[in-house]
Amino acid sequence: MTTTENLNKSSAPEIISAGTSEGGQELQLRADMSNKAVMRESGAVLRMSESQVASLADTQSEDQTMIINMGPQHPSTHGVLRLMLELKGETVLRCKPVIGYLHTGMEKTGESLTFMQGGTNVTRMDYASPLNNELVFSMATEKLLGIDQDIPERAVWIRMMLSELNRISSHLLFMATNGMDIGAVSMMLYGFREREEVLRFFQKVTGLRMNHNFIRPGGVAADLPAGWRDEVLGLLDALPQRLAEYEILMTGQPIWRERLQGVGVITRDEAIALSTTGPILRSTGLAWDLRRDMPYLRYNEVEFDVIVGSYGDAFDRYSIRLNEIRESMRIVRQILDRMPQGDYRIQDKKVTPPPRGRIDESMEALIHHFKIFTEGFKVPEGEAYVAIESPRGEIGCYIASDGSATPYRMHVRAPSFVNIQTMPLMMHGGLIADAVAVISSVDPVLGEVDR
Amino acid sequence: MSQSTSHTADDVRFVSKSDYLKTLTSLRSEGFEMCADLTAVDYLTHPGRTISPEVATQISLERFELVVNLLSLSQRRRVRLRVQLSESDPSIDSAFDLYPGTEAMEREVYDMFGITFTGHPDLTRILMPEDWVGFPLRKDYSQGNIPVQFKGAAS
Repeated sequence: MTTTENLNKSSAPEIISAGTSEGGQELQLRADMSNKAVMRESGAVLRMSESQVASLADTQSEDQTMIINMGPQHPSTHGVLRLMLELKGETVLRCKPVIGYLHTGMEKTGESLTFMQGGTNVTRMDYASPLNNELVFSMATEKLLGIDQDIPERAVWIRMMLSELNRISSHLLFMATNGMDIGAVSMMLYGFREREEVLRFFQKVTGLRMNHNFIRPGGVAADLPAGWRDEVLGLLDALPQRLAEYEILMTGQPIWRERLQGVGVITRDEAIALSTTGPILRSTGLAWDLRRDMPYLRYNEVEFDVIVGSYGDAFDRYSIRLNEIRESMRIVRQILDRMPQGDYRIQDKKVTPPPRGRIDESMEALIHHFKIFTEGFKVPEGEAYVAIESPRGEIGCYIASDGSATPYRMHVRAPSFVNIQTMPLMMHGGLIADAVAVISSVDPVLGEVDR
Repeated sequence: MSQSTSHTADDVRFVSKSDYLKTLTSLRSEGFEMCADLTAVDYLTHPGRTISPEVATQISLERFELVVNLLSLSQRRRVRLRVQLSESDPSIDSAFDLYPGTEAMEREVYDMFGITFTGHPDLTRILMPEDWVGFPLRKDYSQGNIPVQFKGAAS
């Protein structure tokens, strides 16, 4: 089916009830496509210049190219990502990511959970940085409630510390998987080892290693446990030495450089056009970080550098993430110095359940507690979009409320979902072995892609 | 185009379907380089929604609403467009040629709401199986009542 036919078919009214045609997601054989359709797909989807598209005209006959499937079950796809690759020899010409294997309708589920329960849902989207998901959901809810300026200082700083530690654990996971994808298998062990130490701290604070539901509308679920400061200091003292080991193991190593430098190059204009954010956008040399450019929490009061690359290749993205761990540690140190005393959640009876002690002595407190956890709290009508910087880029939450206790519509702008669009562009013209390096350097979390 | 600032202090603009591409073009030249997010809302069971009285007189509310969040990296600000789409003709021009990053987002909106985008290079289902019937995020698509639709599954 050519693109033109496809479009006519999908814009016809009967398609609304009948669903799509079979095979729409397949990458078509060159021989089955008109010249125009190939040009459009190559030039438009891959964002290539006219001359590059014209040079593709050489690869016309079908026996010169081959379409192969990579995934969904492939060790290097970080989950269940399926790539359809058109190859000419070992060179990748076109690529189409096929997603949806992990789709569980979390945005639909979000419509039947109260704002109080919503955190348990969104935290499962980007399972490598759950606290950032909870944070953006809570911030969107607070914006609708109109209490976003009234969150107690201690809650804000706790949120910031957890968000930064989560960035560290997420980037450590990237170090592990990136190393494994490129062939440095021992790196996987080291990365997971260090990440586990951060997760151990999360477990101490929130009770769970992942899917914490700790950051909630109004503040955080509990105060930091006794001895938290020593735990964080222990982490901060141990990590620099480990990062130095990574530098020896990978950064300076000729094989590592050969595998990553000049691979998966993307330019600044292409990255902006494809709505890319996070380390991929910064690897092109554009210093765009929401923490600095559109500050939320108290990021305007701490000092840190936005790490940028200069070539937009996979090595830059590796390097940016490695150094962002160091910047996050710098932020966490400042947070340790400045962590204020006080409430860890807002003292707004509407949003915050009464403390455990009150339940034993007051019937009203018991009823109030019960109501908040069963019916939830009502959120005024309205709609709000809040975006923060997750380890993968801009994570946004759009909530439309109809005045009830559940969101009328809850949408999460997932950075991985958008960033995956850069893969065809970055893989074009590269070797199939480099495709693995490209997937790895995008660092997608499929739970968030498919939601 | 009517303009309003909602109580959440975001820059929200209501754009008619016919002015959609024109508005995007002019906003893009104003410095909104990136389309950060594109999604939709089905206002079937909440037709009133939140709209200031002066805007309500200027636009007619429809069932579907396309919500587009544009981001200006140079000016560090955001603008949100809300476009009304009728139930009888849920289609709109694709923003693909202006913002290629909307490719996957528009496919997702098509997949979830059945809103078609004219001029989109590859408007197919993205999250649901290709042969899925119905659009899950529509409000009349109820949860739990639909038999599981998978190819070749024993029924």
